[in-house]
Amino acid sequence: MTARHGWKEKAIRWAFAAIGSASLGLLLMIMVFLFMEGLPIFSKVSVGDFLFGKYWYPTSDPPDFGILPLIVASLSVTAVASSMAIPLGVMTAVYLAEIASSRLREVVKPVVELLAAIPSVVIGFFGMVVVAPWLQRTFGVATGLNLFNASLMLSFMSIPTICSLSEDAIFAVPRDLKEASFALGATHWETIYRVTIPAALSGISTAVILGMSRAMGETMVVLMVAGGAGLIPSSLFDPVRPMPASIAAEMAEAPFRGDHYHALFATGVVLFVFTLGFNLLADFVSHRYRQVGAATL
Amino acid sequence: MKKIMVLAALVAVCFAATTAWAGMLQIKGSTTVLPIAQEVAEAYMSENPSVKISLSGGGTSNGIKALIDGTTDIANASRFIKNKEVSLAVGNGRYPVPFAVAYDSIIPIVHPSNPVANLTLAQLKGIYKGEIANWKDLGGPDKKIVIISRDTSSGTYETWEEKVMKKERVHPGALLQASNGAVAQAVAGNTHALGYIGIGYLNDSVKGLTVEGVQGSFETTLNGTYPISRALYMFTSGWPEGEVLDFINYVLHPAKGQPLVKKSGYVPLY
Repeated sequence: MTARHGWKEKAIRWAFAAIGSASLGLLLMIMVFLFMEGLPIFSKVSVGDFLFGKYWYPTSDPPDFGILPLIVASLSVTAVASSMAIPLGVMTAVYLAEIASSRLREVVKPVVELLAAIPSVVIGFFGMVVVAPWLQRTFGVATGLNLFNASLMLSFMSIPTICSLSEDAIFAVPRDLKEASFALGATHWETIYRVTIPAALSGISTAVILGMSRAMGETMVVLMVAGGAGLIPSSLFDPVRPMPASIAAEMAEAPFRGDHYHALFATGVVLFVFTLGFNLLADFVSHRYRQVGAATL
Repeated sequence: MKKIMVLAALVAVCFAATTAWAGMLQIKGSTTVLPIAQEVAEAYMSENPSVKISLSGGGTSNGIKALIDGTTDIANASRFIKNKEVSLAVGNGRYPVPFAVAYDSIIPIVHPSNPVANLTLAQLKGIYKGEIANWKDLGGPDKKIVIISRDTSSGTYETWEEKVMKKERVHPGALLQASNGAVAQAVAGNTHALGYIGIGYLNDSVKGLTVEGVQGSFETTLNGTYPISRALYMFTSGWPEGEVLDFINYVLHPAKGQPLVKKSGYVPLY
């Protein structure tokens, strides 16, 4: 009986190991594929010319494969989106976890999380049809499809991530820390500001970084509302062309295994490196600055 | 709507592949020609239920490559075959035969409130190169021109590059949109924008311009007076026979295939 039991146990363990490694293996193969398809472009242009070239004319003759405007566009929309999404997301989280009544929280938190379920194409469409004409009318800018519009839409998309994860982190701060603070005569605000937020900081940072990583990799929204000009932006209202938009717009018609095709995959590699960096940073922060006890406050 | 139809056709094709072996027809190539092939394939299959058509996009170059390798019966192309591709095909023992199935005409568009009604090819080129930047130089208001272009991989852009830019580069400050519909949408929402779209996508929300004084229409495209147009092709390997011939005849038929060309937003042959 016990022998059969042990055999069954083993089989189940192997089955789960196989399933786990299959998904890992698939992801790994996608990564290998990405690099295999991307690297050949560097026999045509140097890494420096690719990363710091100012012109992206992949179908001209001779072509130019410089993705600096694309990188700058991705970084700038992410930065501007974060500057809007982080304060809003984190403050909403603080309000929900610390100030709002539990009944209100039970209503508002699912609603915020529901925001994450809005398909990105819907947000993009909203940006294109509603926000862009409004920007043109209100600010008199040449075009409403620009860096600011894209950032605004991206911040809509990252607020749910930032808010929900931060709220979890703040809510998980041990009760005794707060009670000790109140016992010392601190006000509610002082407790939030000096005790709760520092204690939840690693969780909040992780939330922020994951939110930024989402904004960076988002494709549909930037394809629809960023404008798509391959220029390094000089103002908040200039049209830009972030990396995912460029890949999505051009991949379908790029000749299979041609230079353009390889260049788009290489752009994908650069994007992958950026988002991987964000995720590693999030992982590092959440481990390194984990709040283990009251003593480290 | 088109996307849904493509999806439906894909599902249909998947089912078809499992049920029937006989009468499989492979069509690959240009996404510009895809809507035409889509419409015609659906109509053809409903008239000839024994024939199953497998249709995919992937671009002109991919379609012609598939024809060279013998993995497709018909290659859709938004341009004529290149010499290099012909010699590759002949090297493989295949002789590509072109059939012009439709014409594509590109119309420059502006916001309906814009007073400018006509532009010359030289003016269009100057604007898209970034040399003419203000509507007042063209008889319009003193406003910066917002240039809207297509992604560099699209067939529409290729035509524009060939017929208007004469291979010179579009200014990097031009906005890029990924579809005809998106360009029309962007121009409709911006009073000082200039864009270009396929003739089938013209609607009341934008104003089509005349080029060199010629109004882009089916008639001016076919008699060659409208300057920004080109033929769309289907290539077969050798002179078509059997089902391939039948399908090509169906596409070219004035009462069967050609009305569907018009329905897909292109200019029919007759």
